Amino acid sequence: MLQRSSVEQELEREGSVNKPTMTTKTSALSKEELIELLKQMLLYRRFEEKAGESYAIGKIGGFCHLHIGQEAVAAGCITPLKKDDYVIGTYREHTQALAKGVPPEAVMAELYGKAAGTSGGLGGSMHIFGTDVGFMGGHGIVGGQLAVALGIAWGIHYRGGDQVCVCFLGDAAVNQGAFHESLNMAAIWNLPVIYAVENNDFGMGTKFSRVSKTAMSQKSASHGVPARVIDGQNVMSTYADFGEVVEEVRKGAGPQFVDVQCYRFKGHSMSDPVSGTYRSKKEVEDKTENADPIKILCDHMFDSGLLSPEELQEMDGEAREVVKRAAEFAEAAPEPDIKSLYENVYSEANPNGRLFFDGRVI
Amino acid sequence: MAEITYRDALNQALAEEMDRDESVFLLGEEVAEYDGAYKVSRGLLERFGERRVVDTPISELGFTGLAVGAAMVGLRPVVEFMTFNFSLLALDQVINNAAKMGSMSGGQVTSPIVLRGPSGAAFQLGSQHSQSCEAWYLHTPGLKVVAPGTPADAKGLLKTAIRDNDPVVVMESELLYNLKGEVPEGEEFLIPLGVADLKREGGDVSIITHGQMIHVALRAAEQLAKKGVEADVLDLRSLRPLDVESILESVGKTNRAVCLEEGWSYGGVGSQVVSVLMEEAFDDLDAPVLRVTQADVPMPYNKKLEAWSKPSVSRLVEACEKVCYV
Repeated sequence: MLQRSSVEQELEREGSVNKPTMTTKTSALSKEELIELLKQMLLYRRFEEKAGESYAIGKIGGFCHLHIGQEAVAAGCITPLKKDDYVIGTYREHTQALAKGVPPEAVMAELYGKAAGTSGGLGGSMHIFGTDVGFMGGHGIVGGQLAVALGIAWGIHYRGGDQVCVCFLGDAAVNQGAFHESLNMAAIWNLPVIYAVENNDFGMGTKFSRVSKTAMSQKSASHGVPARVIDGQNVMSTYADFGEVVEEVRKGAGPQFVDVQCYRFKGHSMSDPVSGTYRSKKEVEDKTENADPIKILCDHMFDSGLLSPEELQEMDGEAREVVKRAAEFAEAAPEPDIKSLYENVYSEANPNGRLFFDGRVI
Repeated sequence: MAEITYRDALNQALAEEMDRDESVFLLGEEVAEYDGAYKVSRGLLERFGERRVVDTPISELGFTGLAVGAAMVGLRPVVEFMTFNFSLLALDQVINNAAKMGSMSGGQVTSPIVLRGPSGAAFQLGSQHSQSCEAWYLHTPGLKVVAPGTPADAKGLLKTAIRDNDPVVVMESELLYNLKGEVPEGEEFLIPLGVADLKREGGDVSIITHGQMIHVALRAAEQLAKKGVEADVLDLRSLRPLDVESILESVGKTNRAVCLEEGWSYGGVGSQVVSVLMEEAFDDLDAPVLRVTQADVPMPYNKKLEAWSKPSVSRLVEACEKVCYV
């Protein structure tokens, strides 16, 4: 479990200014809801494990940021959303795309750089899009997506819709100017956007406390955006608490800032160390042992008589099968045609003048 | 045909397109209550309301990102930069997001955004307020760039830019806002992107230019004519897409060219035009192509030094005479 005491200490330090609320209502979740959350998290874990394996043997290139350890954030924050709600993410977004409904085989094919991938192989791990299900992209510049989320929420507001936009960001992104510009404008126009910080305490290899004088939950205060701290390792809490935020925003509460406290079990990306100079091996081992979101949920369900080891094994087998098929699909899919390089740089071929100057003929 | 100012031509373009398409909205600093720093948006708040004419905080990165996101969900934002000097704060959103969104999403999203405002020097505004920003944007695949030099071109190009499905950078000029000229009436007065306009016809040398510099070129052409040298003044109007055919046609006729631009020389618009001429018109050339640009320095404040730094009629005349060997 997440160390509640450290969260509480952090709240005490902050005093009464914009004191964030923290709620945990887990008892209301039905067996069906719990099983769905478990199935989702098993899928994300197996998917990311497979991505890691494929990266290790060179099937996936570039940067590849795994979400292992943070599955409860994707499951807990995205499951409460409707299909026409929007999610926009960072470069650690594979599982969030899956959670919003992007097919696993299309995501895996994108990781493999294949034509059948979500962006035809031109996006890669950091740029998964599924706009038909409201997944508005993985974005590679820290903080850049915050301003884009503002615009998506503006679009909802402009048309008078009741959707919400969930914008994921890492803890390090709160030090970008884009964070403050986005929160300020969302606040003055009361836009339906939820800034969900996946606060895993490390911006790459730099601990948050080394780059911020103030606590995470204070970051939105000067913009008048209410803050909450929620547990991002216990998916029951994440789901219940985040779901409540979603409904408030849908009813017109305006922008919200949610410090979703979580922990990354792997390195920043596949090419980075899991532990070392920036965090100890022991810390990672402790968290892996005691704060695994899948284990936390399973233990609860075992204790409550809602799940048997056999049922778990069966669900895990299904998740592994889905991932296996996704990898086989990606493996067999064709490479993109060279012509596709120029197809979506501009939305349409310009009837006049020259757009490209590389002199290449294809 | 009515004679109106460049400023009013832009205003008409905005009003007509907002009237025509409910998804078009204008945002930027001082665009609503203040009627725009240069009054381009005068009256639009009253006509369209604060939902569609939006005063923003001074947060260029933030409101440009807003435009990117709004475009992703089907709106057609027009962003006004008070000047393009300030657009540099928003470059991440333009270069990393607007320009790449189509390609990196595999065509799932488009970015029908207009980024407009004055670019280039005015009078003694110093180094941070006098930059010509074309080259910053031209370099990036995914962006389109236009630079109208007359009221008619301003209206026709802005209307086309608003209807275009890609991000279009529209570079105006502070020095042109009061310029009057004839502008065709009618909502369907559109000037296609990628089509240059021969503003003056001559047979001896091609002056290839754009934006506010066309007026320098036309004055230089008059002086040259007195000396018996007749110049083509080719107004590119659109810098990307670039009307390569018109460049080749003019130089094919004159066999000599001078590129005139307000910005710096290194990696500038003229560099690209020269490159095109080398690659595709080498056999037509009777002299090396020359460029007349701003001095390669941050713009100085001092009046005399500023005037010396800007591309001038006399420098252009000199360059044209040089390529004509007179």
